[in-house]
Amino acid sequence: MSIKEKALIFDKIGIDRALTRVAHEILEKNKGAGDLVLVGIQRGGVHLAKRLAAKILEIEKVLIPVGSLDITMYRDDLSTRKSQPVPQATDISFDIQDKIMVLVDDVVYTGRTIRAALNSIMDYGRPKRIQLAVLVDRGHRELPIRADFVGKNLPTSSREKVEVMLAEDGRDEKVVILGE
Amino acid sequence: MSLSSKDLLGIKGMTADEIKLILDTASTFKDVSERDIKKVPTLRGKTVINLFYEASTRTRTSFELAGKRLSADVINISSSTSSVIKGETLLDTARNIEAMKCDIIIVRHSCSGAPEYLSKRLKSSVINAGDGAHEHPTQGLLDMFTIREKFGKLEGLTVAIVGDIMHSRVARSNIYGLTTMGAKVRVCGPPTMVPSCIECLGAQVYYNMDKAIEGADVVMMLRLQLERQAAGLFPGVREYAELFGLNPRRLERAAKHAIVMHPGPMNRGVEISSEVADGTAVILEQVTNGVAVRMAVMFLLSGGMRTDAQ
Repeated sequence: MSIKEKALIFDKIGIDRALTRVAHEILEKNKGAGDLVLVGIQRGGVHLAKRLAAKILEIEKVLIPVGSLDITMYRDDLSTRKSQPVPQATDISFDIQDKIMVLVDDVVYTGRTIRAALNSIMDYGRPKRIQLAVLVDRGHRELPIRADFVGKNLPTSSREKVEVMLAEDGRDEKVVILGE
Repeated sequence: MSLSSKDLLGIKGMTADEIKLILDTASTFKDVSERDIKKVPTLRGKTVINLFYEASTRTRTSFELAGKRLSADVINISSSTSSVIKGETLLDTARNIEAMKCDIIIVRHSCSGAPEYLSKRLKSSVINAGDGAHEHPTQGLLDMFTIREKFGKLEGLTVAIVGDIMHSRVARSNIYGLTTMGAKVRVCGPPTMVPSCIECLGAQVYYNMDKAIEGADVVMMLRLQLERQAAGLFPGVREYAELFGLNPRRLERAAKHAIVMHPGPMNRGVEISSEVADGTAVILEQVTNGVAVRMAVMFLLSGGMRTDAQ
């Protein structure tokens, strides 16, 4: 069975438009950029968080802090994996106490990554509120987790994979469904 | 990515990729010790035993903290207070511990090969915390981590290891590791303390310390074990310090940016002067990095689903 691109969900412009809308939604829901911080989840959410911060700067003329969070150490599947994932950097160099934190990831699927991110954030401090922004929600949640801001809702089969490719990783920008 | 074995017995035989994996993983774990809440749930529910047949402050505490910061349950067994004094064998001791379902057993023993002996007979992961004069792999790894942090790389650096090379497991682990990662290693000590085939491991031998550290990027001093004097290996502490001790004047011969390391515990004024130890030496950073490296090793060894072949 060979894995191939079954469908193109977003091209480069599509990604940009979705992020612009998400940035507007974040500002609308939180009535501005006051107390707002963005934290991108390694590895898919880090670049997207930076892009959202840039858009918020354009729209609202406010520069909000952006950090990155690695959740490897909080995963719930470490005992059952054949090999351990290599942890990436966590960089949250600002105070998160009483802030409105928007977690950013590329895809939300089972929701376990977000669960791990929430546990990790609790070890760093106590934000006032935590919200979740994702580029793609592909369904199949295994935990009661939901995204506040979604680029696209995408029904998928569990045999498929959603891949988000970004220019910052040196790839042609697009979001695709991979499958047999 | 994972390590190729269920155990960490020595650096000899590890590939550069495996060493790099451990060092890269250790960087992330270092951050955990810098936070307010110095704990992650990674090894929650796992049991780690420190089985130490030799005295230790640094290594044992470091392993204990590493395990606890990963949320594992850590128990310390020191041979002097255990049934070993009633004559229980190493294998029986280890098997009994394993029967209590322990995941990782960390062993320090005066016999070279003791950890390997256990690793072949136990299902648990065995970590060598120092066996005889053979290897002390986590020390070698933390030394490489420290050097890499300072210089950004290991390849091409010149590292001089000075002291009782013959009896030093730290020296051996470092020689294996540094040569695998592309550094140039020089060893130096009195002829009575430099073993005869050490060049076979890839190190250059010097008996003159000034020449050995000339232009070196890293100067690593080893502890002089004072009991070796009784065995006739060196005539006196003063003479040893004169010829093989590191002081500020001698340190000037090393590269301008050189760093000074010591695995501890140090004999102040013997192999290393207080000015160097408290000044330019990165000894305390080595200790900090030790916890991070040991966390990384335990993390990488604790992945599930290992086949018996591994």
